[in-house]
Amino acid sequence: MLAYLIRRLFAAAVMLVVIIMVVFGIFFLVPKWAGVDIASSFVGKQADPAAVEAVRQKLGLSDPIYSQVWEFFKGIFTGRTYSGGGDVTHCSAPCFGYSFRSEQAIWPVLTDRFPVTLALALGAALLWLLFGLAAGVLSALKRGSLWDRGAMVVALAGVSLPVYFTGMIALAVFAFGLDWLDAQYVPLADSFTGWFGGLILPWITLAFLYAAMYARITRATMLEILGEDYIRTARAKGLREPVVIRKHAMRSTLTPILTMLGMDLGALIGGAILTESTFNLPGLGQAVLNAIKTQDLPVILGVTLITSLAVLIANLVVDVLYAVIDPRVRLA
Amino acid sequence: MTTQRTSGRRKQALAAAAVVAALLTTAACGGGDSDGDGGGSKNGAAGFDAANNKVAQADLAKKGGTLRFGGAQDADSWDTTRGYYGFMWNFSRYYSRQLVTNAAEPGKAGAGVTPDLATGLAKVSDDGKTYTYTLRDGITWEDGKPITSKDIKYGIERVWAQDVLSGGPTYLKEVLDPKGEYPGPYKDKSKDKLGLKAIETPDDKTIVFKLPKANSDFEEMLALTSASPVRQDKDTKSKYGLHPFSSGPYKFHSYNPGKDLTLVRNTEWKQESDPVRKAYPDKITVQFFSDANQLDQRLLSGDLDLDINQTGMSPQGRTTALKEHKANLDNPVSGYIRYAVFPQSVKPFDNIECRKAVILGADHVSLQTARGGPVAGGEIGTNMLPPSVPGAEGQKYDPYKIAGENKKGNVAEAKKALEACGKPNGFKTTIAVRNNKPVEVATAQSLQASLKKIGITAEIDQYDGSQTAGIIGSPSNVKKKNYGIIIMGWGPDFPSVQGYGLPLWDSDYILESGNNNYALIKDKEIDGLFDKYVDTLDDAGKQQIATDINHKVMEGAYYLPFVFEKFVNWRSSRLANVYTSDGYSGMYDFVNLGLKSSK
Repeated sequence: MLAYLIRRLFAAAVMLVVIIMVVFGIFFLVPKWAGVDIASSFVGKQADPAAVEAVRQKLGLSDPIYSQVWEFFKGIFTGRTYSGGGDVTHCSAPCFGYSFRSEQAIWPVLTDRFPVTLALALGAALLWLLFGLAAGVLSALKRGSLWDRGAMVVALAGVSLPVYFTGMIALAVFAFGLDWLDAQYVPLADSFTGWFGGLILPWITLAFLYAAMYARITRATMLEILGEDYIRTARAKGLREPVVIRKHAMRSTLTPILTMLGMDLGALIGGAILTESTFNLPGLGQAVLNAIKTQDLPVILGVTLITSLAVLIANLVVDVLYAVIDPRVRLA
Repeated sequence: MTTQRTSGRRKQALAAAAVVAALLTTAACGGGDSDGDGGGSKNGAAGFDAANNKVAQADLAKKGGTLRFGGAQDADSWDTTRGYYGFMWNFSRYYSRQLVTNAAEPGKAGAGVTPDLATGLAKVSDDGKTYTYTLRDGITWEDGKPITSKDIKYGIERVWAQDVLSGGPTYLKEVLDPKGEYPGPYKDKSKDKLGLKAIETPDDKTIVFKLPKANSDFEEMLALTSASPVRQDKDTKSKYGLHPFSSGPYKFHSYNPGKDLTLVRNTEWKQESDPVRKAYPDKITVQFFSDANQLDQRLLSGDLDLDINQTGMSPQGRTTALKEHKANLDNPVSGYIRYAVFPQSVKPFDNIECRKAVILGADHVSLQTARGGPVAGGEIGTNMLPPSVPGAEGQKYDPYKIAGENKKGNVAEAKKALEACGKPNGFKTTIAVRNNKPVEVATAQSLQASLKKIGITAEIDQYDGSQTAGIIGSPSNVKKKNYGIIIMGWGPDFPSVQGYGLPLWDSDYILESGNNNYALIKDKEIDGLFDKYVDTLDDAGKQQIATDINHKVMEGAYYLPFVFEKFVNWRSSRLANVYTSDGYSGMYDFVNLGLKSSK
């Protein structure tokens, strides 16, 4: 198990370096090849030539590309100082870049917004796992019943309806219509009830989309597994049905679900853009949306890296859990 | 980062939008108080257009309470030197003062200049080159130290540091140091960093501006936010916008870019030292939204008092508001003109008759509808001087009968113009439009349809709106891409023909990049009129020149104006002492807004 873990960690570290290089290349090399002045993009619409030159100096954009990548990479571990135009800006480690639009280092922006996104993603994941798995298993066990058909229709609706639609409906009905919920985000440090109340609708909205997908996948996988020989053998051995379901069928069903969960959580940690935008949650998704609107490249770059990192970590966790669920994986 | 699994569902989204619109309409009914057209009751809304160019419910304003702004966009910067957004200039009066500022009056009077830190307007020398001000007593920073003439000089000098503090207007730099001799305070080798020769501070109470060449709008330029004082020991250079040091009645309490901003009272500010600001609320909050519909919902439900951006409600919110809460709305003229412009470098627009053909052939009612109609879009634009600029004649000056007999397009006259241009069967051209402005795209499509009727085939090229300066601001690129028609809009930085039209029409302002004289107008008469304007010190003379410049521009048929833009803006029923000001392009004058209750 330890050797497996070391192998996976090493692979993850290599992948992280590759990701940084690729992402850096996308943001710095591709525009250069396309003839876009990166320094102007960093400064913004009202870019004065002197300001553009200062940013070029600060970011070392005239340096060879390998040197730029190295400085960026080094900045993550040692911090970085940007000098140009008579101004010196220090970005402490871990420096994921600096926004010359909002005059902020990117890392504090990410850490400030990360808890909001994490709370949204984890809360929603809990809900969608609970309802998605339960609905999927019950549907599979009661195949063809009214419950099965009803649950799958709801699941189809959940998968088909975009999150901004369900979000707006939820807001219109529960927040502005019935006035049951305030639907305004309040930091946890200010008030637990306010924080909880502000997240209920986003959780439900996001979970509705994912629960629907999980229910359908769970049902399909469960049905397939229930037809397997080893399930028949287990039943033939006289095991009680709940034991067959829990110990044999569920264990196998969980494998693809776990893979999905890893990928979904990882991606959501990078920012649930639509949900955060619809409910005005100050998370990473909202930050990246604002950054796209204002062409604030360093923020987009930072969130992209964080997303990659989150997906990487989530996959690592999934891989480890895989090995726990299915010992054969360790030998692969 | 993820956009979640929603792609490829446009049809569902359209259906969904219809349901949502219906639901939101229903929901909004329960959100606020029920009000119709009239109103004006103590607790209710003042009535439709009650604050447009006049003061609504002034006597109901109480001291105290929290004024709650919302916005779909944060400021470009809250640094007084760097901000260029109109709402930022308006809002900055809460925490910054200038020698002179826009008058705290509704409508046109609000565009006038009134003393602020100074005891009076400038004493101007006969040649119009020297402006002298004396500072008031009792003017202080947020730490209680007095504001001195040197603080004002230093604040203005920061405009020269464009390499560090980019983004804001540079009029003062161009007028005071046209040769660009001063390197800016951060490269200033003098001991006190006050080396700009054009400004003298003989003592802490006196400041003298010495212009190399007279400019009759100089005092208007001093009323801009970029002329605010900044104290040297509090100057954090590029980071100043994160926490500007206050000279006004409020100071920064907290600011999270793109999230929220809170101002609290500056207890060192003294009411008797400030003839402009009433400072009614105790606290001012701003919450930023990434979704404009959410913002409108918050306004409608009463969670917020007004939109800091002041660019009008989104179509969905506007429809609900007009139907259910009309008494909470004002419909001011924004000061912007939306138009199409014809670069003369692109054939056949080098020929005035071809330009006239487009103006005459366009369906102006349809263009107005594409902009949002007469209420949300504005009145049909008939010339190129915004109604808020002195010398403007509004729809009275309509040389092409755009709002008159030709308002639906005059095909016969347009074809005559095409014949005179040597293109009796029409021609092909390209309309350039920003891809991030849906209303502009709709306008381009409307123009494309009406031009087809006179034989002009126009392709629409939607370019990246964030790259405007490099795409349509580059005359060589415009020619290369055959952009015969460019869709754009423009508003005045300060209400004068210089503050509006100089970069658009003066040949000196044709630039290789970042050009705004898209038509490439090189008219000696227009250039001469601008030269004459800056030397003319009397208001009547200035207005006449503004009128003349506008006439020359229209006679050249360089532009097809669409609308004198109007907005539909929301004010909550909690607000008192509300009025729109031409000094801020028809926005509410933020600094004197009050609340009816201090709770």
